[in-house]
Amino acid sequence: MGIWLMGIYVFVLAMFVGFELIRKIPPTLHTPLMSGANAISGITLIGAILVVGEGSGGWVTGLGIAAVVFATVNVVGGFLVTDRMLRMFRRKD
Amino acid sequence: MPPMLLELAYILSAFLFILGLKRLGSPATAPAGNAMAAAAMLIAVVATLLDRQVVSYAGIAGGMVGGALLGTILARRVQMTAMPQLVAVFNGFGGGASALVASAELIRQAGMEPGIAAGIAAGVGILVGTVTFSGSVIAWGKLQGVVTQRPVLFPLQRVVSFILFAALVAGVILLGVGPVDPLLVLAMAGAALLLGVLLVVPIGGADMPVVVSLLNSYSGLAASAAGFVLGNALLILAGALVGAAGLILTQLMCRAMNRSLANVAFGAFGGVDTTVGQDGPARTARSTTAEEAAPLLSYASRVAIIPGYGLAVAQAQHEVKKLVANLEERGVEVYFAIHPVAGRMPGHMNVLLAEADIPYELLLDLDDANDQMSRTDVAIVVGANDVVNPEARNPGSAIAGMPIVDVDRATTVVVIKRSLSTGFAGIDNPLFYKNRTMMLFADAKVAMADLAREVREA
Repeated sequence: MGIWLMGIYVFVLAMFVGFELIRKIPPTLHTPLMSGANAISGITLIGAILVVGEGSGGWVTGLGIAAVVFATVNVVGGFLVTDRMLRMFRRKD
Repeated sequence: MPPMLLELAYILSAFLFILGLKRLGSPATAPAGNAMAAAAMLIAVVATLLDRQVVSYAGIAGGMVGGALLGTILARRVQMTAMPQLVAVFNGFGGGASALVASAELIRQAGMEPGIAAGIAAGVGILVGTVTFSGSVIAWGKLQGVVTQRPVLFPLQRVVSFILFAALVAGVILLGVGPVDPLLVLAMAGAALLLGVLLVVPIGGADMPVVVSLLNSYSGLAASAAGFVLGNALLILAGALVGAAGLILTQLMCRAMNRSLANVAFGAFGGVDTTVGQDGPARTARSTTAEEAAPLLSYASRVAIIPGYGLAVAQAQHEVKKLVANLEERGVEVYFAIHPVAGRMPGHMNVLLAEADIPYELLLDLDDANDQMSRTDVAIVVGANDVVNPEARNPGSAIAGMPIVDVDRATTVVVIKRSLSTGFAGIDNPLFYKNRTMMLFADAKVAMADLAREVREA
């Protein structure tokens, strides 16, 4: 049960950190915040890598590869589009 | 890579994710913040690839190359006006990936008992991830105009949704107590796909800022659930950060409409056409032209622009920029009043105006803008309706209590709109019939271009 309890600690504390960080973000940046946060949720990619990497084959690997594709689209696309948006917010000097 | 080193890489990654999110909080540091979060992801991915458990690389390489290509194309090609759809699509991919990870992990253990905690976590991952996926597909359809923006309702809809949800909860519990049956996993995925569709179709287009925020939160929570399945703290942490971000935005959007989340989810707002009673006094709206309105703007000292979804539909942001430039050249002070739910996602108007190079300092939020409104000579409403509807102050109205931009406190109001039709809420807007309101019936892009030209020549 130890590892589960640790997981719950991490989850609860990270939620608090998230709330505190994001509450202060001005409305102007809400869209890039959302797409940036969305790219972070693609962290599930490392889970997908672990699943496929075991090389057990069959359905497990098939589902895992689909997960790798989905998560990579999310990560790469998410960070790129956030960057594109944020560059537009840069003040002209 | 030894396990100890892997853990250290994950801790560094977690640190950079949090710091990156913190830096996303101000326009000056945000690009660095995003880069930091991307670096955190890269560290986590590379460390995982070097993990001893990972022995087979072909599938991973193929999947990552394919996914990276698709992601790059989507991110490069998208127009800023289509950003809400893209955010919805990416949410769907993230949620779908977490559901697939949880399913694969369960199927690997087919016939075995994963144990209460792992079974339940995997079940929740499938449920939340799959609902995120199909819900995002429907949200994309609504934003893209492939699915009707009006709420889709049918008899017993809520009952069906509730039964599906109850069945899914039962499935989650079964996964926790018994051996894994791949058919159960498949059935749960199917039921969750349907549930995601049923939860989003009854929600109207104007409520999409809430839906997109909520799906954003779900995609994070699904990643957290996948983290519990794999016993991976970094997944749990990063997922929880995103979950919190989405929840805050959801709450802000609901507050900006003075409605509860339950009301947004089940209220089918905009589903009924509330036609105005015919017994009231006959009202006439005063129609104007760009030629007539331009001098008002040119000789004003302060002008407010209130943009709405119509601005995005007409893609008028660059014409707005021209108008602002021409007004400023004449010494007119211009500011924008941004309602939190203007557009189809949080911050939608800000992104559009930023694309047109309008400095973000000119964009005021609701409270600041309303403080300025009584000292404003002309308020130009372009493509917005419900967010400036004074009916919100009437306790009996469908939008009662919704905070609005008080444009009627400006000396003159110019409303740019194609017709007198109602806004998404389906209620008439008395603002259009006020003495000091002038209606400029035109497409937003054409009207803005005309006004910009007339102001320059005036």
